[in-house]
Amino acid sequence: MTEAFVRTEMTPPKAPPVTERGVLKWLGENLFSGPFNTILTLASLYAIYLLASAVVPWLLNGVWTANSLQECRDIVTAAAGEGATGACWAMIRERWHQFIFGLYPAEAYWRPTLAFGLLLAAIAPVLFAGQRRSLLAILGAVAGFLALCLPLASAPVGAMIAAGLILAALSLAALTRPARMLWFTALFPGVVFFLLWGGSVWAPVVVVLGFGLVVVAFSLLAARGSLLLAAALAAVLVVVLLADPLAALLDLAGGIAGGFAPDPVTLAPGWRGIFPLLPQVSGWLDGQLPWGIPAIDSSEFGGFLLAIVIGVTAIAFSLPLGILLALGRQSDLPVVKMICVGFIEFIRGVPLITLLFTASLLLGYFLPPGTTFDTILRVMILVTFFAAAYLAEVVRGGLAALPRGQYEAADSLGLDYWRAQQLIILPQALKISIPAIVSTFIGLFKDTTLVSFVALMDPLRGVTNAVRADIDWKGIYWEPYIFVGVIFFVICFGMSRYSMYLEQKLKTDQR
Amino acid sequence: MADASQMQITDEVAIQIVGMNKWFGSFHVLRDIEMTVRQGERIVICGPSGSGKSTLIRCINRLEEHQQGRIVVDGTELTNDIKNIDKVRSEVGMVFQHFNLFPHLTILENLTLAPIWVRKVPKREAEETAMYFLHKVKIPEQALKYPGQLSGGQQQRVAIARSLCMKPRIMLFDEPTSALDPEMIKEVLDTMIALAEEGMTMICVTHEMGFAQAVANRVIFMDQGQIVEQNEPRAFFGNPQSDRTKLFLSQILGH
Repeated sequence: MTEAFVRTEMTPPKAPPVTERGVLKWLGENLFSGPFNTILTLASLYAIYLLASAVVPWLLNGVWTANSLQECRDIVTAAAGEGATGACWAMIRERWHQFIFGLYPAEAYWRPTLAFGLLLAAIAPVLFAGQRRSLLAILGAVAGFLALCLPLASAPVGAMIAAGLILAALSLAALTRPARMLWFTALFPGVVFFLLWGGSVWAPVVVVLGFGLVVVAFSLLAARGSLLLAAALAAVLVVVLLADPLAALLDLAGGIAGGFAPDPVTLAPGWRGIFPLLPQVSGWLDGQLPWGIPAIDSSEFGGFLLAIVIGVTAIAFSLPLGILLALGRQSDLPVVKMICVGFIEFIRGVPLITLLFTASLLLGYFLPPGTTFDTILRVMILVTFFAAAYLAEVVRGGLAALPRGQYEAADSLGLDYWRAQQLIILPQALKISIPAIVSTFIGLFKDTTLVSFVALMDPLRGVTNAVRADIDWKGIYWEPYIFVGVIFFVICFGMSRYSMYLEQKLKTDQR
Repeated sequence: MADASQMQITDEVAIQIVGMNKWFGSFHVLRDIEMTVRQGERIVICGPSGSGKSTLIRCINRLEEHQQGRIVVDGTELTNDIKNIDKVRSEVGMVFQHFNLFPHLTILENLTLAPIWVRKVPKREAEETAMYFLHKVKIPEQALKYPGQLSGGQQQRVAIARSLCMKPRIMLFDEPTSALDPEMIKEVLDTMIALAEEGMTMICVTHEMGFAQAVANRVIFMDQGQIVEQNEPRAFFGNPQSDRTKLFLSQILGH
């Protein structure tokens, strides 16, 4: 029997009953939902109590002013009685500059400080493209940071004025056309090289100009439609102007033939003195106008300065390289595909430490004596390759996740391969891959501590061991690692939050 | 109306397919296809699933590659020459079953992207054209939204407008209403009918027999990769010749 029913009035929503909301409901549902969970909750509370009773006094008894570990311990005993424990932060207070700068000369601390401030200003337009308020906030923070730290590091007045002018120009750009800030980002590698390594101002200037020349030549030719010719010319220009891989290869071949004992006199052909052109030009300019700041050798870099130099460089270069490798791996051209697959599988298949050893030791055997190939540069290249191989697979995952229809729609509109990649495919594939890409970056940044294996002074092992080798601080254990760990955490957590922000910002499907 | 629409057909050949064959691996999907489409013609292709009708129109803008025979679109033969392919693709608009709008771009950006980057139209002009076609498909107010915020029917109309912004000479429709809820099919069909009345050359793979009867000059029935029967719609539906066609029509019109 069916009874006819017609609703004449819709029921409005009502609030849930008291037992279904508030703290009590949460506790009952999450902590005490049954005998087993109640036992687990109590056991966890006990474990937390044990942990806290060990750590909290240690933190509370912390000593900030002392000259040695023994002095720290005496102060703790005097204050809290026999057997009490206390953290000895005095070590951080005394040695923090080594954790930050390594063996970098103290009178030049202003240089990495300024470089760090400008780094933030340079990456801001990349991270917050076109968002005036964020950009200005960052520039303001940088200005504050530099205004505080540069005088503390007794920077020369000229440097402070230059920094102020740069920041003012960037703020103006942020207010008018934020995209113009990217010009500074493009110049930044030259700026940072000059600040950190020092030497003649002409070397970075000439190299930046050389790259500018290459880019202009490339874009002029590419605009006329001959992309391949443009790429070829750009490659030739780079070789002629900047590097001499031919000479290195020649020497390498000679070195192998000569049983790893290359004779620099017989193996250096006459033309090696002419190419590459740019060092010649900068050398000449330096002779005319010897402007510069004291040069600082790579071996004096250390601590977070080293980690950030390697990490930022590798992050900046590994993403484009990884994207190209991912596209190459999907290519229809067998040779391109083979090279990319080979590169990715080889680099991913070998531990990073092996690659670092190769970079720092074996290359030294193969390359002729007198070939200067900076240790940090080698490590940066290797870490970049390593991250790029991982990123290539991450990006490939993003590419594979795109529906076939996106490629077809791009094709059917007549977009060519590179345009379709640039406008349709990569923006979506990279967006999908953001969490995995940032994970790789975080891993990369933490992996920079592995450079301690090739005798570079990373903050975790290199500096800590150096500090602990000091008779005053012998036996200190937790404090340096906690200090280094906290800094790593702050940086990595920042990256993680940024990736979440970016995902939220790029979210367009409000479903 | 039938007479008026017949008059739009010119003698100019828009698409010519001669002795075309295609295989997926060892599976022979398209067999000896012969087909000539004149400028202004409106063709509906129907047939059971797996009969190769989608593959056929996807060959016309080289989303699929044919292995034998010739396809000439607007005087350009489709070969491996990438320049020819891009030229044909910019002249031929395609509407997909699943719309394939670009979800990371707004509706307006979806519409202006190809004109700006392929046709090198200035941005402002491209936007004016885009708004004109959005008015035509009756959703100008959605211009600044993202595809994910639109209903299926609206998305498909945007997809049609996106193709039209390239000012194509030929439009291909690959089951444009198959992924839509019944209540949205009509709005898309209305758009297509309006387009047909303006004399656009159209090839449409669809199961909407009402649409076929209303606007097609010619209905092609395909089965097992072959063209089984083609005729003008009244004769096709009123007096089908082959048994296979009769069976198909009885199945889709039977209830």
